[in-house]
Amino acid sequence: MLRIYLVMLLVCCFLSKTVAQNYDSMFVQDIAGTDLRFNMNFIPGGTTLIGSPDTEEKRTEDEGPQVEVNLEPFYMLETEVTWDLFELFLDKKKSALIDFEDEATKLGVDAISRPSQPYEDPTFGMGKNGYPAASMTQFSALNFCKWLTGVTGKFYRLPTEAEWEHACRAGSSSVYGFGDDVAQLDDYGWYYDNSDDAYHKTGQKKPNAWGLYDMHGNVAEWTLDQYQADYYTTLEKSISTPWRRPDMLHPRSVRGGSYDDDPEELRSANRIESSFNWKKRDPQIPKSYWWNTDSPFVGFRVITPAKELTQEEIQQFWSIVLDE
Amino acid sequence: MGMPLTSGAFAGAQKKTIKLAIVGCGGRGTGAASQALKADPDVQIVAMADAFQDRLDKSLNSLKANLELSEAQKKNIKVDKDSQFIGFDAHKKAIDMADVVILATPPGFRPYHLEYALSKNKHVFTEKPVATDAPGIRKVLELVKVANDKKLNVVVGLQRRYQTKYLELMKRVHGGEIGDITSGQVYWNSSGVWVRDRASLEKTHGKLTEMQYQMRNWYYFNWLCGDHILEQHIHNIDVMNWVKNDYPVKAQGMGGRGVRNGKDHGEIFDHHYVEYQYADGSIMNSQCRHQPNTWSNVAEYITGTKGRVDFKKGLMEGSDGNAIYEHRGKNDANPYQVEHDQLFAAIKNGEHINNLEYGAKSTLTALLGRFATYSGQEISWDQALNSNVQLMSPDMDWSSTPPIVPNADGSYPVPTPGVTEVL
Repeated sequence: MLRIYLVMLLVCCFLSKTVAQNYDSMFVQDIAGTDLRFNMNFIPGGTTLIGSPDTEEKRTEDEGPQVEVNLEPFYMLETEVTWDLFELFLDKKKSALIDFEDEATKLGVDAISRPSQPYEDPTFGMGKNGYPAASMTQFSALNFCKWLTGVTGKFYRLPTEAEWEHACRAGSSSVYGFGDDVAQLDDYGWYYDNSDDAYHKTGQKKPNAWGLYDMHGNVAEWTLDQYQADYYTTLEKSISTPWRRPDMLHPRSVRGGSYDDDPEELRSANRIESSFNWKKRDPQIPKSYWWNTDSPFVGFRVITPAKELTQEEIQQFWSIVLDE
Repeated sequence: MGMPLTSGAFAGAQKKTIKLAIVGCGGRGTGAASQALKADPDVQIVAMADAFQDRLDKSLNSLKANLELSEAQKKNIKVDKDSQFIGFDAHKKAIDMADVVILATPPGFRPYHLEYALSKNKHVFTEKPVATDAPGIRKVLELVKVANDKKLNVVVGLQRRYQTKYLELMKRVHGGEIGDITSGQVYWNSSGVWVRDRASLEKTHGKLTEMQYQMRNWYYFNWLCGDHILEQHIHNIDVMNWVKNDYPVKAQGMGGRGVRNGKDHGEIFDHHYVEYQYADGSIMNSQCRHQPNTWSNVAEYITGTKGRVDFKKGLMEGSDGNAIYEHRGKNDANPYQVEHDQLFAAIKNGEHINNLEYGAKSTLTALLGRFATYSGQEISWDQALNSNVQLMSPDMDWSSTPPIVPNADGSYPVPTPGVTEVL
């Protein structure tokens, strides 16, 4: 029965095992007309183990059993999406600077819904330029991806849980991407004891083996998946590109832990559930579709599959994830 | 008294419907309605009142579509055409049908809605602020005693008073852990709130009378809203009053309309800065601003003779900078929900909550600040309390002329420091 949830992620689904391709180790994405650019790092595909062993300290039941999955290669944004980039999406005045190839593309992008005004300042005074965007709902993050796809002509989306964990592990099987020693966490991530209760500019700590910054801590990161506690028990060995496709608003899966968490929450295998509580201080009904009042510790990063998708596949993806 | 051992005296005896009326069906009234439904399975919404049918419809639809409510809770929304009331006197009919009422209209109406509800022996959840002028505040202060005498519960929507982080810190402040409190800085600096401009409103609703326009774009008119120093910043001001367990004796300040000064922005200021002084000489510096792309902060900080507290962070530290207490509140209860949980528990258990006094006095504190910024004068607490300037009149209706009307060019008269008389 649960198999119906395990829909192959169509955007990554390839029927034929194509000849191994050589991919660049990274590429730079520019936003024409602005001075914004960001690095996308290559994340190899193949077989990878997700979840934590029973023996891992502080692990919780939902991280097991460990399961082998098969992933297609992709590129991942080297840092969390910053406010600089996210504001281009929020603020029509700023996005007016963007150069489009043609008028039709511009009109298409202008038609994408954009966030309403937040009830409270979503930065909570923690900073904007260079800092990770936060407090957005997953819906907001997904619309950003659609907008970014329109602006750049390249398909961007959130990672699945499996893709996220694979990228975080960067080939490791240890508690953290850098090893098992929590004493080293200070070099790699912002968490409760070293963050002064705020997120920090992205990319200030050491990157992991695949050049990704802040996978542990700073802001936790939205994935594309519904959170299901026993998810791994439902996965067949070597399943390709697993995706627990959402059918409920909450809980959805968030990974990596944040500046507001203790070290165990930052572990590679740790899974965090979104909840209605993340809007608890939004006093109005209907509550904002775009903003959470109580999750300043959640942001996101984007990926793009290494192999390009067809326009039809991309359209189908948006219609599924945005319920269009 | 009945026989104590007869059937029904114990099990199930408490199972009694609590009838709830919603007065003011905007986003906040709807939010409060949802929290009331979640607070107790015996709560049933039996009536709704608003100035406008479309607002009421929207509220009812949002409630029925609210994903946070269970099916059982949604079944407790028992509102049909006969229990929907529209207009200036709609509150009376709705209140008459209920045991408990939620008052969430624009704040100008509050004193008179409170008066009616308490006169009819209803328990009340009322949003803040509780008035927009001094006559209104005096009315509410009289009602403090009425609610006490009748043992009616009144919860005021100053939700920081129900928020674990604030309660934990305040317990330590009042326990003397940072000594005597000598000063506080409180802020609600943000980019602002919604504007319902006349052109868009008329596109949707057709030609509006001045009264209809002001009632829809109420945030920008003082008889309805009181200015954002009352409507929002009261939360932060109230925290300092709570810290001091007292109210300021005087205030002076400055303010104006730096960037938000169009015709659809009514008469309110977009920034206020006020220095309040308490009887013991301690000071509260208060800032509130509605200006996009400026430094934003919604917070309260206090300094004592032995340390300080950052309420926003949940951090208490000694003068040496060492932490005394750090509150980690990520999994704390929703304070808006706690307000309703406690209200309905008190009603059921025969306990008594009455927040009206601090609700009225913190409203007056904010009003004192508005008087200071509008006039540019130093104003005392007693002067503010005894002001006879009445903005809201209890017998307003659709045919009334609003207390403020536009100039020939469509703009509204705006207070001018040094000129405007506020008392």
